[in-house]
Amino acid sequence: MLEITNLHASINGTEILNGINLKVNAGEVHAIMGPNGSGKSTLAQVLAGRDSYEVTQGEVLYEGKNLLDLDPEERAREGLFLAFQYPVEIPGVNNTYFLKAALNAIRKYKGQEELDAIDFLNLVKEKMKLMEIDDSLLNRSVNEGFSGGEKKRNEIFHMAVLQPKLAILDETDSGLDIDALRIVADGVNKLRRKDNAVLLVTHYQRLLNYIVPDFVHVLMDGRIVKSGRKELALQLEEKGYDWVKDEVDRQPVQA
Amino acid sequence: MNPAFSPNDWYRSQFDAFERTLNGESQSQLHSLRRAAMDKFLTIGFPTTRNEEWRFTSVAPIAKGEFKPVLQFASSGVTKADVGMFSLETQHRLVFINGHFAAQFSTAGNLPTGVVCGSLASSVRSADPNVLSFLARQVKIDETPFVSLNTAFLQDGAFIVVPDGIAVDDSIQLLFIASEKKPFLVSPRNLVIIGKQSRVSIVESYVSLIDQPYLTNAVTEIVAGDESIIEHDKLQNESLKAFHVAMIQATLGSKAQFTSNSIAVGGAIVRNNVTVVLDAERSECTLNGLSLGTGRQVIDNHTTIDHAKPNCASHELYKAILDGKSKGVFNGKIFVRPDAQKTDAKQTNKTLLLSDEATIDTKPQLEIFADDVKCTHGATVGQLDAEQVFYLRSRGIGEMAAKDILTFAFASDVVGRVHVDPLKKQLESLIHERLDQGRLVQPI
Repeated sequence: MLEITNLHASINGTEILNGINLKVNAGEVHAIMGPNGSGKSTLAQVLAGRDSYEVTQGEVLYEGKNLLDLDPEERAREGLFLAFQYPVEIPGVNNTYFLKAALNAIRKYKGQEELDAIDFLNLVKEKMKLMEIDDSLLNRSVNEGFSGGEKKRNEIFHMAVLQPKLAILDETDSGLDIDALRIVADGVNKLRRKDNAVLLVTHYQRLLNYIVPDFVHVLMDGRIVKSGRKELALQLEEKGYDWVKDEVDRQPVQA
Repeated sequence: MNPAFSPNDWYRSQFDAFERTLNGESQSQLHSLRRAAMDKFLTIGFPTTRNEEWRFTSVAPIAKGEFKPVLQFASSGVTKADVGMFSLETQHRLVFINGHFAAQFSTAGNLPTGVVCGSLASSVRSADPNVLSFLARQVKIDETPFVSLNTAFLQDGAFIVVPDGIAVDDSIQLLFIASEKKPFLVSPRNLVIIGKQSRVSIVESYVSLIDQPYLTNAVTEIVAGDESIIEHDKLQNESLKAFHVAMIQATLGSKAQFTSNSIAVGGAIVRNNVTVVLDAERSECTLNGLSLGTGRQVIDNHTTIDHAKPNCASHELYKAILDGKSKGVFNGKIFVRPDAQKTDAKQTNKTLLLSDEATIDTKPQLEIFADDVKCTHGATVGQLDAEQVFYLRSRGIGEMAAKDILTFAFASDVVGRVHVDPLKKQLESLIHERLDQGRLVQPI
């Protein structure tokens, strides 16, 4: 589904991603872990099409298409979704109105009929129940005045409505208390299907107790330095990132 | 244009011509007011940008115009359908064509007993004592050169009196339609007197059926009785070739609540003055404004809030969306007089620039002579937030649609403060029509 080859990206001339290689197949959940400043969020933003990052080298294939050629909205319409680490507040834009506009833009692109107000409302109600979202969040402006937890839950609620093929969750666990974390994780788990994939970007292992990954990758200095199964996350929890760093430092650089 | 053209000569001869039509009325008290105002105008003349009050806006194109006052009512080809196009859903509507009351298009509707809602000219004719005791008392005849000019050619406008303790439930629309072939001057003069504990909403709409230069020079005086609640909305949506200068002044009694929502979307040069005098304790005013500028439009908003007495509050939010080579001006004066302790004043000015060539001059002007007060002001000028645009796009919304959504949201912050629902709906669809592909487009 997603194939990243030797991806390099920089911001204002500073290289953040330093040759990422990653392959994600349909049905898989991958966790990207790493210390602060390792490039995790940059990777998420680059995949979603944020233009403040410049891709200097490499290739990203998404369902066989060159992802980097697509505008952010085209990526979304092709089924890619980014749950933001810091969801933006948008005063004056109603959350439901926005979500309907987004869903219908995607449906239109796929050649599907746009949903009318009633069908949309039914869909929203169903997904709200799933995410244990309060009615009031729907009628407020997007993220405006939301608590940290509400913002994160709203992101997953958007994901539930838009039903992406590839969801990238950028530190969705940060700022969540244990109850909210469980709700968000339940929501993600209920949306897992054979034909979609999830990329979890996280600093802590905590979320992975609830969303069990198939693969865990450690990102350091803009490169994936270690990959493994879910047990790797536990090792990281126990030993910290320095352990991986020492291991990497001991190895000769591969050609 | 004639290089030897003198605005003073022009308006003096127009005034002489006006006087010749008056016959007996030229001896009236009203006409001595006009004469005094004409004298003032001839002494001061049109302002230049050397005048601090007019620093940012040159009215030279207005001064150069050979605008002929429309002295008499004529329907000027305006049809019922034209009026319908601009009418808000309300039972109270006064229509003015080129500044003169058009009885056949107006509907006073079902008003509570004692409420006066009609033409100023007819109240002058019937010698309503309220007219002369209130007219030109809130706005001095030399307040600005344009006020002098308005007063000199003062003939008609709306005259609204709501006695004490009366609520007018439906809003009153004052619809000013411009429709005349030659360059002309209209000088609407509105006088609004609201009694104690009364409530009313008034909407002034300015529209054009023609697309050529003319000058609307309007003055509205409002007297708000103690504990009255007044919303005054104004939509200026005239031809992009029209000039529009207006003064709205309200004087507030104790615990009165006055709201002004001023929306300017048309006109070549627009200058709006809104002045509120908080003249008794615990009165409160809210001034909101929205300008949409394209092409080479100049939209200038000057507001003055005079905290004359203690314990009063004022809230002000003026926003502008400017595209093309348009220019906006915001000058917000707040005076806090020595007695006006416990004043609470807040002023905000926000401008969204959609093109590199659009400009805004913004100037807060706080003059505070009391020491126990809370006064804040803030101004921002910028473009759409890139993070917000990206967020919308990352959910599948196209770039241009995302920009339109965000620009609309910027405007709806002000539109949402209009409590007259039919006007709010009209404004929403007007703004939707004007937004396209991330730009502000000119009306068709």
